[in-house]
Amino acid sequence: MTDNLSSARFVNIGERTNVTGSARFKKLVMAGDYAAAVEVARQQVENGAQVVDVNMDEGLLDAVEAMTTFLKLIAAEPDIARVPVMIDSSKWEVIEAGIKCVSGKPIVNSISMKEGEEQFLEHARKCMDYGAAVVVMAFDETGQADTKERKVEICKRAYELLTGIGFPPEDVIFDPNIFAVATGIEEHDRYGLDFIEAAREIKAACPHVHISGGLSNLSFSFRGNETVRRAMHSVFLYHAIPAGLDMAIVNAGQLDVYDAIAPELRDACEDVILMRRPDATERLIALAESYKGKDPKADKEAAEWRSWPVEKRLEHALVKGIDADVVEDTEEARSAFAAEGRRPIEVIEGPLMDGMNVVGDLFGSGKMFLPQVVKSARVMKKAVAHLIPFIEAEKDKLAPEDRKAKGKIVMATVKGDVHDIGKNIVGVVLQCNGYDVVDLGVMVPWDRILQTAKDGNADMIGLSGLITPSLDEMVTVAEEMQRAGMTMPLLIGGATTSKVHTALKIDPAYEGPVIHVLDASRAVGVASRLLSDTQCEGFVTETAADYAHVRDVRAGKTASVLLSLEDARSNAPAIDYSDKPAPPLQPGIHSFADWPLADLVEYFDWTPFFRAWELAGTYPSVLDDEVVGESARQLFADAQAMLEKIVAEKWLTAKGVCGFWPCARDGDDVEIHLAEEERHVRLPFLRQQVRKSRDRANFCLADFIDPAGDWIGGFAVGIHGAEPHSERFRAAHDDYSDILLKALADRFAEAFAEALHRHARTTLWGYAEGEQLTNEALIKEQYRGIRPAPGYPACPDHSLKPILFDLLDAGGNAGLELTESFAMLPTAAVSGFYFGHPESEYFGVARIGRDQVEDYAARRGADLSTTERWLRPNLD
Amino acid sequence: MTARERLLAEAAKRILIKDGPYGTAIQRAKLSADDYAGDTGLSQDQKGNNDLVNLTQPALIRQVCDSYIDAGAHVLATNTFNANRISQADYGAEALVREINVSAAQVIREAVDAATARDGVVRYVAGAVGPTNKTLSLSPDVEDPGFREVTFDEVKDVYREQAAALVEGGVDFILVETVFDTLNCKAAIMAVKELERELGHELPLMLSLTLTDLSGRNLSGHTVEAFWYTVRHARPATIGLNCSFGAEQLRPHVQLLSGIADTLLMVYPNAGLPNELGEYDEAPEQTAALVKSWAESGRANILGGCCGSTPEHIAAIAQAVEGVAPRRIPKAPEGTRLAGLEPFTMAA
Repeated sequence: MTDNLSSARFVNIGERTNVTGSARFKKLVMAGDYAAAVEVARQQVENGAQVVDVNMDEGLLDAVEAMTTFLKLIAAEPDIARVPVMIDSSKWEVIEAGIKCVSGKPIVNSISMKEGEEQFLEHARKCMDYGAAVVVMAFDETGQADTKERKVEICKRAYELLTGIGFPPEDVIFDPNIFAVATGIEEHDRYGLDFIEAAREIKAACPHVHISGGLSNLSFSFRGNETVRRAMHSVFLYHAIPAGLDMAIVNAGQLDVYDAIAPELRDACEDVILMRRPDATERLIALAESYKGKDPKADKEAAEWRSWPVEKRLEHALVKGIDADVVEDTEEARSAFAAEGRRPIEVIEGPLMDGMNVVGDLFGSGKMFLPQVVKSARVMKKAVAHLIPFIEAEKDKLAPEDRKAKGKIVMATVKGDVHDIGKNIVGVVLQCNGYDVVDLGVMVPWDRILQTAKDGNADMIGLSGLITPSLDEMVTVAEEMQRAGMTMPLLIGGATTSKVHTALKIDPAYEGPVIHVLDASRAVGVASRLLSDTQCEGFVTETAADYAHVRDVRAGKTASVLLSLEDARSNAPAIDYSDKPAPPLQPGIHSFADWPLADLVEYFDWTPFFRAWELAGTYPSVLDDEVVGESARQLFADAQAMLEKIVAEKWLTAKGVCGFWPCARDGDDVEIHLAEEERHVRLPFLRQQVRKSRDRANFCLADFIDPAGDWIGGFAVGIHGAEPHSERFRAAHDDYSDILLKALADRFAEAFAEALHRHARTTLWGYAEGEQLTNEALIKEQYRGIRPAPGYPACPDHSLKPILFDLLDAGGNAGLELTESFAMLPTAAVSGFYFGHPESEYFGVARIGRDQVEDYAARRGADLSTTERWLRPNLD
Repeated sequence: MTARERLLAEAAKRILIKDGPYGTAIQRAKLSADDYAGDTGLSQDQKGNNDLVNLTQPALIRQVCDSYIDAGAHVLATNTFNANRISQADYGAEALVREINVSAAQVIREAVDAATARDGVVRYVAGAVGPTNKTLSLSPDVEDPGFREVTFDEVKDVYREQAAALVEGGVDFILVETVFDTLNCKAAIMAVKELERELGHELPLMLSLTLTDLSGRNLSGHTVEAFWYTVRHARPATIGLNCSFGAEQLRPHVQLLSGIADTLLMVYPNAGLPNELGEYDEAPEQTAALVKSWAESGRANILGGCCGSTPEHIAAIAQAVEGVAPRRIPKAPEGTRLAGLEPFTMAA
């Protein structure tokens, strides 16, 4: 039909233009301020009201006059008049006067058999002639229907009367009365359930009719406690809509998402509404106490904060992460300062930094979490961006050095590594706390880091890296700092870094302070102590002593006993090769230029996503976590919103490749036979050497391959296209969205690896054709076969990636590249090998002995020092 | 058979033809002020009061009607577009509203009955009711958007007076045409509903919307679809569009209405758009070719002409759609239909 046809399954009817539902509207109408009253209607429609309810039933008003005046006025506003009107009054004369002013087809709310059949039918006939749908209240000569039986009986009777005079049944909307529950009166306990059950029966007995209700009655006994009322309304709708409720008069802005209601409260509401336990009311009342006064205050604040003084507004915006008005507020502060002869920089040093200090304190004391802090940073950046031109403009007039940041930090992801989510988060947190951060980006060679730090008079350097070769590069940076005679502190962070590695490998290379920063939340504490006149020396000495202790312990420690390589090999697992998988159904290379993103979403493993934001817990329980739950829910909602855009607007492209090759095990190597190319490719693997307790074997990936002939697979997937969006976000000073996008791209890459692996198992290799696993089961790796990745515990040597990439032509087939340290580009990428034997499992190679390094170097055809560099994390 | 049943029966067999306008023909007759006024004794100058001609020059009206019958028209409308109390007040002739309408209906009734007696073709008399020159939805005062010149009940009573007189003169249908304000149309419907109750029998309606802009809205702002949902309770024998623009511009709106209206569709466009001199110069063959394409796509039940159309246009249309199968009335989809200026559907 036409483009503007709006239609709906469930209709929210706005109650704001209802003097009984909105105190504000009542005040405006009583005062005769119809212009403002019309704006209320306009806002309702703009906010998505599909029908506008107009009610003027107020003892002190001439309801006929008010109704007709208002309806004529909104008829003149096309933005409002485009939606149907619900003429709401308990007085027929008001309704009829209203109908005569409405040019479309309205709903009359309501008529009933209260005064008997005759009057009921007279009103119904009039509605039919005027062309209006009607709400029929479940009300008869003896009163309002309270029980299910009465509701159904009255509605059925009304239905027969109406259809008897030719009233179109589709224009009948029954309101079977929503009454207050949890009032403490036992007869009221059934009211919620009675409505829901009655709705179902009425729908079945009266074809084509609709069901409506006024929701606010339900929670009447909790007035003043908005949280509980909203929860009750949402829970009620959740159950009443499937039962047949089609529309409700409700303040749509005041409904909660069912899933977002605190489970405890949701259950308690459900117990009351569905009458699930005799003590439901007492329990909800008891629980309600804990929600009392919480929300109205927040609501009030939400409305009021815009009227606060500008300094307070800026603080509020920073703490709450609201960026909508920040430029405007910053400008207001700037011009106010200018009027007093103060400089734009003072806006940063004054109100903005004050706000960020509050954020810092809340974060430091665990009352705010990383996603919120990053949002605060976005607000701060936008404010600062607005001020920069003003600051630049007056630079000529002023001496340099007038901006007093707490300190200057040069940060970089080291050469060979491309991962920057963690580094960006730390950067944002430091900026939020008043530090001047110079972010050199990713793959930064040591000389540039040192040069920037020297030129910019930095107070410290921060290094980051995710992959293991980066650890080595960090040592190089430390060595070069030493050579350059620098003394500034060196901060170390990133997923593979550790206090032990820092103490053992980096600290000894540099005489200046070296500090391992465990996560972003520690960054500020470390930086502030290093820059504090009073605390710095103590902190540095303490840390140095701590690291020395780590080294001593390590040195004196009887390290876990290593078997000789020979003994380890003889303790290899006994694999039954008769169980090996059949040859692949579709051997060779399979490339996928554009795997549908929507498909991948269902494979998402969200737990690592929350971990990236330092929100501890497992998905989905992290959403309900007592401490971080609220933060996690907000982050999750933001992620979902962006995810929708990514998929709908196709921001990203998932490219991947996999292949299957005939092979055979040769000792700890797997030799692949590329028959067509007449060449063999050797994949050397490492074996566990740590002495095992009990009967555990010393594993090597090669063990899962039959020496008499077998198959191995490989894959590489990458998520392309994030960069332009990333740049767009950064240009808008929106680190939050930038980090969110990168974290989601990582999830896509992991999900792609999962999806492709499943495709391989069930179709391409096909050894698990009938596999039926849920995403949960996939995340728990309950499938047959493994996909170990080079650089990870079972296969710790990143340098196997070039071999894998060559086998797959990952560059040509999936657009993937490797850096000199074997990090993959684009950053969101996964690669690995497929092993199909049912006994194959993940394990960690862990520490290996010198004998294996030498053996491996020989097998790998590389010199010993290079091999040591590759395997350093696994060496003593 | 009632008039509605007779219309449905014939419309199931063929595309029916509606007549054209009277204004053009009356102007061509070059009547003097005295000719207009006749022996009504009205004090004001009546020149241009084309509705009064029904009373003072019935032979001229009969002549125009016969020319449309000869052209092949089945639906013959009365010349009563402005024969209501509000419009006649401009000529100080409001006291004659009843007589004008009775006479107008009688002239057409006689012409139609005579023709049917002659050739046995079933024809219908539609009592034409115009929009009046007052609007219920809009304020004439831009400073006071809540102001209205008339009330719903006043307009309803005006329509009721005219409709009662048309019935008295013998019409089969009340044709509420050139609807520019949907609320005026609803008042007309209410008037006819009240009249039906009083008469004790059905008085079937024909409703015809006029669009004021090419996007497809009338003056009160309703889309074609919103208009249909708003007036559907009247159970009109026909719904449709007239005047507005030429057939060419009306096409998409006809197509839309044809798909959703579970009743007969009647369309009578202008003979194209007026030229620089305000004259309609679309040739009969052109108009006929345009409406023929609607007919061939199964979108029309009754076709005719409005401003600028002549008996030649009507004859050309009749000839063009001869033998073309009529539109089949679609089943109304289930669900509740409401309307503001735009339609709103609640699924069943």
